[in-house]
Order: sequence, then structure tokens, then C-alpha cells
Amino acid sequence: MPINYYIFLSIALFCIGIVGVLTRRNAIIIFMCIELMLNAVNLMFVAFSKMHHLAAGSGASTVGTDGQLFVFFIMVVAAAEVSVGLAIIVMMYRNIHSVDVNFLNRLKH
Amino acid sequence: MLSVVALFAALMVITSKNPVYSVLWLIVTFFAISGHYILLNAQFLAIVNIIVYAGAIMVLFLFVIMLINLNKESEPSRNRWVKMAGAVAGGCLLLVIVAALKNTEFNDKSAEVVSGDIGLIKNLGKELFTTFVVPFEISSILFLSAMVGAVLMGKKD
Repeated sequence: MPINYYIFLSIALFCIGIVGVLTRRNAIIIFMCIELMLNAVNLMFVAFSKMHHLAAGSGASTVGTDGQLFVFFIMVVAAAEVSVGLAIIVMMYRNIHSVDVNFLNRLKH
Repeated sequence: MLSVVALFAALMVITSKNPVYSVLWLIVTFFAISGHYILLNAQFLAIVNIIVYAGAIMVLFLFVIMLINLNKESEPSRNRWVKMAGAVAGGCLLLVIVAALKNTEFNDKSAEVVSGDIGLIKNLGKELFTTFVVPFEISSILFLSAMVGAVLMGKKD
């Protein structure tokens, strides 16, 4: 499978995530679009890791492992980020009774 | 086929009005991406993606959406021009990156599909606990601090 397909698929998913962040105003959906962008990058990481593994030949068996481990660490960071971010959103809803990002233009109100 | 499913589900995520439908479409997207991982023979990442993303994180999202009870009229639609400007900006970004990468040297490279064993748990674990053991421990501390932060913020104050 040529690497081009994976590159363009990841770019398309990433741009869909960006359009979602720019056009929606619900904070939870913006958050989900950020997750979508992280997953697009993960897919690209795995595809490049397999590409380097193929390019290194069969002798070097651990080439490309670090790419997949980076994906693992990205997932770890994303999980931590989601837990903290959703706590922030719940607290925000408790204070101003909305998750609309347009109401969040000031830190103090 | 999987790519078409992933792209369509991602588009539905950002176009559906109801946030619950968005979450469900995002789960479909994650399953399609996991299918890609399986096709690339990265089995560990496929399983972790399904468990962590489609399992844990999406349940958390659904839980929060149900908890704060978003109904239709609580989300007024954004100004039409802002929406159009966002779509145009994203489309321009897509166009620029695709045009920049269309004729690069990656054209003759290819990714290894359905073979190769670097995605198996044995090799990944061996590498994770020898070379990457310090970042692994640091990520555990990060998890602990995230947990403490979430509990502290969720507390009634």
C-alpha cells in the first residue's frame, strides 16, 4: 500500500477536525474534534513506522518500533487531557450554565 | 473502503446537530482507524485504540453530555458567515498540504501491510521497558496528576 494514501487520509481527517474546531461552538464538540486530529496524527505515525520498517529490510527488526510507542504515549496524554478537560467543562457548565465557547471570552465575570 | 467510512463518519461528527450523534459517529471513526491499524499489522495499537478511545474516552464524553443535559435550543447555530469562513479555511489548508506533498519523494515509498512483526505486543513491550522506560514512568506520574486535578476540579466548591 503506497504511503501516499495514508498521508492524504490523515491530512483529510486532520482538516475535518480543524473545520470542526473553527465552525462549532459547543465546547464538547470542539474537544471531540481535537481528539479526531490526534487520531489522524496517530494514523500517520503508524503508517510511517511501517514504512521505515519496510525500508530498513528484514535484518533490523526493531526499526520503527519507536513510532508506534510514540502513538502509545500520545494516547496516554490524550486520556489524561480528556479527563482534565471534561472536568473543566463540567465546572464551566456549573458556573455559567452553558457550554457555548462564545460566552467564555473573559476569565472573570 | 475503511477510509471512506472514516472520512464520512468524521464529516458527520462535525455536521450533526445533536452532540450524542456526534459522539456515536466519532466512535465509528475510531473503529475505522483501528481497522487501518489492523491492516498495518499494528495489533497492539488497534486493541489499545478500541479500549482507550472507543471504550473509555467516548463513554466519558457521553456521560458528560448526558450529565449536563444539552438540549436542542441550548445550542444556537453560529453565524453563517463564520461557518463558511471556517470551512473555507479548512479547505484551503487541505489543498495547500496536499499540493505541497503531492510530488515529494514519498511517492515511491510504501507501507508494509499485513506483515511485519513490530506491531506485536512482544516487540513493543520489549522496547517500551528498555529504551522508553523513563517516559513510561513519567507518563504514570502524569496520569496521577491528571486524576488528582480532575477530582479536585470536579469537587463541589
